[in-house]
Amino acid sequence: MTAGVRYGAIAVALALLATVPLWVGNSYYINIASQILLFAVFALALNVLVGYAGLVSLGHAGLFAVAGYSSALFLQAGFDHLTANAAAIVITLAASAVFAALSLRSTGIGFLMITLALGQIVWGVAYRWASLTNGDNGVNVSTRPAPFGVSLASATSFYFATLVVFLLAFVSMAVFVRSPFGASLRGTRDQARRMNALGYNVWLIRFLAILFSGFWTGVSGILFIYYNQFISPQVAALTSSAEVLLMVISGGTATLFGPVAGAAIVVIMKNVVSAYVERWNLVLGVIFVVIISFMPEGLVPGSVRLLRWLWGGLATRSGASAARPSEELKP
Amino acid sequence: MMTQITSAQAAILAINSLALGGLLFLLSSGFSLIFGLMRIPNLMHGSFFMLGAYLGVSLLDTGIVIGGTLLPNGLSLFGLTILEHGFTIPRITLVPQVPNIFLAALISGTIVAVIGGVIERFLLRRLEGQVLPQVLLTLGFAFIIADVCLMVWTGDPWQPSAPPELRGAVQAFGMFFPLYRLAILAVAIVIAIALWIMVDWTRLGAMIRAGVDDPPIARVVGIKVSQLFTLIFCLGAALAAFAGVIGAPYLSVYPGLDFEMLPLALIVVILGGTGSLLGTLVGSFIIGFLYNFGQAMFRDLAYVILFLPMLLVLVLRPQGLFGRNVA
Repeated sequence: MTAGVRYGAIAVALALLATVPLWVGNSYYINIASQILLFAVFALALNVLVGYAGLVSLGHAGLFAVAGYSSALFLQAGFDHLTANAAAIVITLAASAVFAALSLRSTGIGFLMITLALGQIVWGVAYRWASLTNGDNGVNVSTRPAPFGVSLASATSFYFATLVVFLLAFVSMAVFVRSPFGASLRGTRDQARRMNALGYNVWLIRFLAILFSGFWTGVSGILFIYYNQFISPQVAALTSSAEVLLMVISGGTATLFGPVAGAAIVVIMKNVVSAYVERWNLVLGVIFVVIISFMPEGLVPGSVRLLRWLWGGLATRSGASAARPSEELKP
Repeated sequence: MMTQITSAQAAILAINSLALGGLLFLLSSGFSLIFGLMRIPNLMHGSFFMLGAYLGVSLLDTGIVIGGTLLPNGLSLFGLTILEHGFTIPRITLVPQVPNIFLAALISGTIVAVIGGVIERFLLRRLEGQVLPQVLLTLGFAFIIADVCLMVWTGDPWQPSAPPELRGAVQAFGMFFPLYRLAILAVAIVIAIALWIMVDWTRLGAMIRAGVDDPPIARVVGIKVSQLFTLIFCLGAALAAFAGVIGAPYLSVYPGLDFEMLPLALIVVILGGTGSLLGTLVGSFIIGFLYNFGQAMFRDLAYVILFLPMLLVLVLRPQGLFGRNVA
């Protein structure tokens, strides 16, 4: 793709995103667009680890919930939005540092197991520590903030605020991927030993990547509680971690647009499915099994390949080996 | 924040801890063997526990019966009526009602072993060597099993009663100990000894240990590692389901039990070291005690207390208390 075409495509995408409330109209659909963007921020954050660091976390909903709960509880205690959110981000970064310090004792499967256990502990605290978190009843967030005097109470204004945050996150990811730090992170994913031999501090690079991921996870967690104006332990459940992981792998890992597409697919599917059947978890499980068994390269390229194959076209089955994100995971 | 407990309460908590430790051992030993041998963290393991428990409850209640009315309200999609009424499938009793909980546990263990074996043989096997897809596949099945259980057994908790001859309490040292929880512990100890004999003293055990240590060489010397994988996977599934059934009168069965047990198994294995039966045993009882005493004494922070030994072990001895070295 030439630079001109690329900039053109980006300009069209931006124009489309900026005018969503105009051509969508109905506030129900504007809200779904906000959901897609906020989960896209979350998926981009997880993709830093899954895609670029080769570290698969199944505890990210824990960090997301830490940010959401911190902010909601500070707001409930009467702090203003800026203080509450700043404190929530600091707490989330601290939690990310703890997650990182523990889970980086291991890589590959060990990392995945430890993050899963840590995520479940956050869920357990949210669920059982009722005097702090109000247990299963959750915490209400009564107001949305009004940055620079613009109220975010309506669906449209909230959409634009989410869009601004999303664009910031996207740009920061693009800068990160092209930066020397991004390159060294990919180096630790592909050749950890060589990176070590070259004098890079592999542990520190991974640690910083987890903090970076934790920061944007925290931001998306705060967006989430403002969007929903409510948080409950369900947010920290393993299902949530799995959903966001599904966003990352369904769109294609280690790409900038993959997690965004994945977030759109999963959010739309969840809303459509939930409208007709109550069995979202069943559908989520079946999607996982189908993706893993039949389209390991991701949902979008996989569907294309399967369709071609069904029509007996050009496809060869060797396409399956295209993108296995984590050679590192092989023991 | 801390609640004082009397010595009588402490004794009861200790018995509960031993019973929970026994159940955790049955759950985690299979998890640990599967992980040690196949290098798959089987995220379905908690689901096997819950599915087994539900099957056991049904076996004790009515036997396993399929049939009944499907979609009683008909089906309509996008405003189109596809089915006016539901349809009825004749009820067929697959397994008759059983009177004894241990028999129910054996039958349930067998059924879940078959389910696990099918998933391993036909789906996990195709992904050999690709760890991430394997993990995600087991996670997908965990969600499917959770939702199917919710559909079949509804959201209400089930708690079968303990068998009549084990319902009472024994008196010792001037205190009463619930008999059934001691029975759980006894069964767990018997199975632990059987597993230990199997792994350390039999030919099969030698093959398993060889497979854990070095799968390629084990293959070279003629061990059918792939059959061993299926066998261990079925055994692990059966142990988890068995534990679910015998634990049901104590823990009861409810939606979400699967993802409550799974992290406990993970923590036990992180504590004890993967592939080590002794480590799993010790880890199970540590977690059993911390869980019960933690909930009684620091009600709000019970989960944080579970996390502390894991933190210590990861910082000081990342391979686990009895693990050899990091995989």
